[in-house]
Amino acid sequence: MRKTSTSRLPSIMRRRFVKGLMALPAAILLSNMSLSVSAAEVNTTGLAVTDDTVTVGILHSLTGTMAISETGAQEAEKLAIKQINDMGGILGRQIEIIQEDGASDWPTFAEKSKKLLVKDKVAAVFGAWTSASRKAVLPVFEKENGLLYYPTFYEGLEQSKNVIYTGQEATQQILDGLNWVAKEKEAKTFYLIGSDYIWPRTSMKIARKHIENVLGGKVVGEEYKPLGNTQFGSVINKIRLKKPDVIYAAVVGGSNVAWFKQLKAAGITSKKQTLLTISVTEDEVLGIGGENLEGFYSIMKYFQSQDNENNKAFVKAFKEMWGEDSVIGDVTQAAYLGPWLWKAAVERAGSFDVDKVVAESEKGDIELTTAPEGYVKLHKNHHLWSKARVGQWKKDGQATVVYTSELIEPDPFPAGYQ
Amino acid sequence: MDGYTSSELVSIFAMQGFAGISLFSVLLLMALGLAIIFGQMGVINMAHGEFMAVGAYTTYFMATLTETYFPAFMPYYFVLAIVVAFFVSGLLGYLAEFALIRHLYKRPLDTLLATWGLSLIMQQSFRSLFGAREVSPTLPEWLLGSYQPTEMIDIPLNGMFVLGLTTIVTLGVYYLMFKSRWGLRVRATTQNRVMSDAVGINTKKVDRYTFALGCGIAGIAGAAFTTIASTGPTTGTLYIVDTFMVVVFGGAASLFGTIASAFSIAQAQSILEFFISGSMAKVYTLLALVLILMFKPEGLFASKVRR
Amino acid sequence: MSFVYEKLMGGKKGLIGFIILAALILVIFPLFLDSFRLNLVGKYLTYAFAAVSLVLLWGYGGILSLGQGIFFGLGGYAMAMFLKLEASSPENTAIQSTPGIPDFMDWNQITELPWFWEPFTSFTFTVLAVLIIPAAFAYLIGAAMFKRRVGGVYFAIITQVIAVILTVLIVGQQGLTGGINGITDLRTLNGWDITSDSAKNIFYFVNCILLLAVILASRVILTSKFGRILLAVRDKEDRVRFSGYDVANFKIFVFCFAAMISAIGGAMFTLQVGFMSPSFVGIVPSIEMVIFAAVGGRMSLIGAVYGTLLINFGKTTFSESFPEMWLFLIGGLFIAVVMLFPNGLAGLWDDYGHHITHKLRFITKGVSKLIPQSMLRKVEDTRS
Repeated sequence: MRKTSTSRLPSIMRRRFVKGLMALPAAILLSNMSLSVSAAEVNTTGLAVTDDTVTVGILHSLTGTMAISETGAQEAEKLAIKQINDMGGILGRQIEIIQEDGASDWPTFAEKSKKLLVKDKVAAVFGAWTSASRKAVLPVFEKENGLLYYPTFYEGLEQSKNVIYTGQEATQQILDGLNWVAKEKEAKTFYLIGSDYIWPRTSMKIARKHIENVLGGKVVGEEYKPLGNTQFGSVINKIRLKKPDVIYAAVVGGSNVAWFKQLKAAGITSKKQTLLTISVTEDEVLGIGGENLEGFYSIMKYFQSQDNENNKAFVKAFKEMWGEDSVIGDVTQAAYLGPWLWKAAVERAGSFDVDKVVAESEKGDIELTTAPEGYVKLHKNHHLWSKARVGQWKKDGQATVVYTSELIEPDPFPAGYQ
Repeated sequence: MDGYTSSELVSIFAMQGFAGISLFSVLLLMALGLAIIFGQMGVINMAHGEFMAVGAYTTYFMATLTETYFPAFMPYYFVLAIVVAFFVSGLLGYLAEFALIRHLYKRPLDTLLATWGLSLIMQQSFRSLFGAREVSPTLPEWLLGSYQPTEMIDIPLNGMFVLGLTTIVTLGVYYLMFKSRWGLRVRATTQNRVMSDAVGINTKKVDRYTFALGCGIAGIAGAAFTTIASTGPTTGTLYIVDTFMVVVFGGAASLFGTIASAFSIAQAQSILEFFISGSMAKVYTLLALVLILMFKPEGLFASKVRR
Repeated sequence: MSFVYEKLMGGKKGLIGFIILAALILVIFPLFLDSFRLNLVGKYLTYAFAAVSLVLLWGYGGILSLGQGIFFGLGGYAMAMFLKLEASSPENTAIQSTPGIPDFMDWNQITELPWFWEPFTSFTFTVLAVLIIPAAFAYLIGAAMFKRRVGGVYFAIITQVIAVILTVLIVGQQGLTGGINGITDLRTLNGWDITSDSAKNIFYFVNCILLLAVILASRVILTSKFGRILLAVRDKEDRVRFSGYDVANFKIFVFCFAAMISAIGGAMFTLQVGFMSPSFVGIVPSIEMVIFAAVGGRMSLIGAVYGTLLINFGKTTFSESFPEMWLFLIGGLFIAVVMLFPNGLAGLWDDYGHHITHKLRFITKGVSKLIPQSMLRKVEDTRS
């Protein structure tokens, strides 16, 4: 998979990244090189590009129930943009940001994305978090031919010309984790529980097919609770009755905290029970409390504790910009990749035109060796090749990575799992 | 239910019974404050959930303080936090009554709008003060984990704690409302404000303290909920409909009604949840409530007050 | 002619207000706003339907419904179902395991169109459904409640609970309803591209005309005998009942009519925005709709439109620059409206408007002499 040629620019990126932000000469060289290209040439579709700036949009919820989750994502995007600007920008142009608040309300997301594309003419938008917000903005992006970098792990079943998905789709997150738990914990019986909306349901559907058809295991219970539900007493008793080898959980938001607190209070701890979740990142642990999660497992593609040079530099830069106390979850990291992937595609295309940038992205060989998660490559289906990792939570809110998969090909429309 | 030994089934029934009782105590604790405010005063306090959140945030604040400055005090702070939560929420309630509610007693539907506005302001204040993320106080060890009377039965300690607290608060409310001079004045004011004024009761003062008491109890509920769930700026909105349902279903002016209603809703929901998957349990419970309310619009135990 | 003047336009004052509103939304906005802003206004004006319905229901009927979102949503969903079926032609959905059904059904292993979706292939049925389903649902609720004399606060809370039930149902039954994502990706109406600018402009004007028509229809109702009885019910329900009227029927009728109006707004929303989501059915949007009406003035049909526009413009502008300030501001506004200006914008105009006109009159003293004093007095009288 790594045979495909690494383009020159990402390797420059990498060196800069590792050394910090000092290699000014390279940046100046780079910017001098591209300054010779006039705005008219790199932008034939009337985007907000001048001779020395290019404007992008950031669209996340700053208020409302989703603000909790989306804060990290927009911080990471701003960090990436700042780093790119410090390196001399893209095609010699500094990136300017217009930020809009989606307010956790899907129609507002649609309204704001339209504003960004139609009024502000931004060259790219980094944003959206929930599937519902993505579904709401999707028609706008397709109609106005915008470009969206979407950071969240999600249920798949989508592939739009105008969206680059930097999180993992369902099969990338689910299958390897299940294989791991079946092998390592000799798990045969599974209890599935999630919040009641499309992502958990689709994820559980894929998990169930995999458990039944591939692993030869058995699903002994499947349960969905309304979003915001804080009472898990009865479910916990049902789980106790069924005695599954593994609890497989996709509970989100405030429910997540209640779920783990009540599990612990009911005496179901990692000493007695294996629990694998696909909805807990470092961000969530902050609310749940490490002591309630200790010993349970999460499947993600990124953990803050990952030990590699890229990640150390990333964590350091993130904390410098957003404070020592900040934690970095899976989606935050995926959001960080967005601006870099865009930069790589724009520089290859030599243009900000959405069609040209998409065409480059669809060649399927843009890769980031500087990604904090290690290495990612953009597949021609607009998703990323990435690895799945299983992390075991510790009391301090960090995870120990206990398993790392091979690089997994993204497959948003998995055959046999529909 | 084959394949299970009888002792397993017994323990599941025991734990399921406790799950129902635990939900009951949660609902009752939420509803008590509102039952006083709505039942006695007729004020629709849409900010009731936010007063609970005030209690929860107070607990979080106390936990952080204790952790930083008096780590040795950690095992005991929670009890103190409940008391502080009562007074903080009560004080805010007192102020809200003074600034807002007292002007609106003659327009009950308008209190709904004004308190909704108040709830928005409170939510944004939480966000500005404590951030948008959900927070959880570090709980003392004695509140974590479970009590195991037998090998197979785990009774959550936090559930037992909430149950105990609810019992105390309910008894306290009962004493205050029905055995004390003050409660007599409150009930007199509810029944006939003009007459109460005439016999020398300071009804304005009664109103203010009644409202403050209701909010204070909401604060206690909020503090207790930190053992079960997390606290965020919008936590209050999660509880408000359920809380109103309990109070309305019970019959607004009846303490006993509120208890009975919390009990039946909790049992219905927790039994349904055991047998039906998914969110339909909630739908059926609420639907049943609406249907029953259509036949008994005044709730289960309507007080026979002439209006 | 006098019927048109008095009943439809509500006399001179009503006529002027109506003409100003019509000029504003039909002429001034299209002339001075670009297509993006105009489309936004179009979206806001769909909420105005719900606000107008609340003026009828709450301002005149004294029935506070905290569930107008239910009807807005039902209307919106009915329209969305039609558009979704059109968007899910077998050619468009060839990659699905069952082509020809909406994509979210396919994701949920549903292999044939559920029975209640079938009729929505017909546009005529859909238009009827937009009007009739919400009204019928309102009739069910209304008949059950008002016949049993559930009213006031209890009614408000029960409508709220119904809104919660419906939201949980829609989100939970995602194979049938699209779940929390709602019904998205709606593109054509009988083959006509509804996402194009020209289509949006047409919808804008259709929306405005419908809104104005709804206001006129409401006026006819309110100035009729029915309207006067409604007011009487609001103020002294028992006396009306003792006078031999069946109070419940009046309430049921106005509740159904209000539901129908809100549903038209919902359907227009779907057409203009291109999707419908359960976030319109819940408590928060329903209460917001009450606020639109309250800010505009709960007794003023036209005020409701201004209230809606003002709040939504404020929300958009403020949330662009100070998202945090916005909640403080709107919260404060709710309180201020209730405490200080219970009659909203319309009340402000009544209280202070004549100062302005007075000053104008002072300036143009000569002109004002042309208006007969008796006429002015008449206007004052109708107000009180």
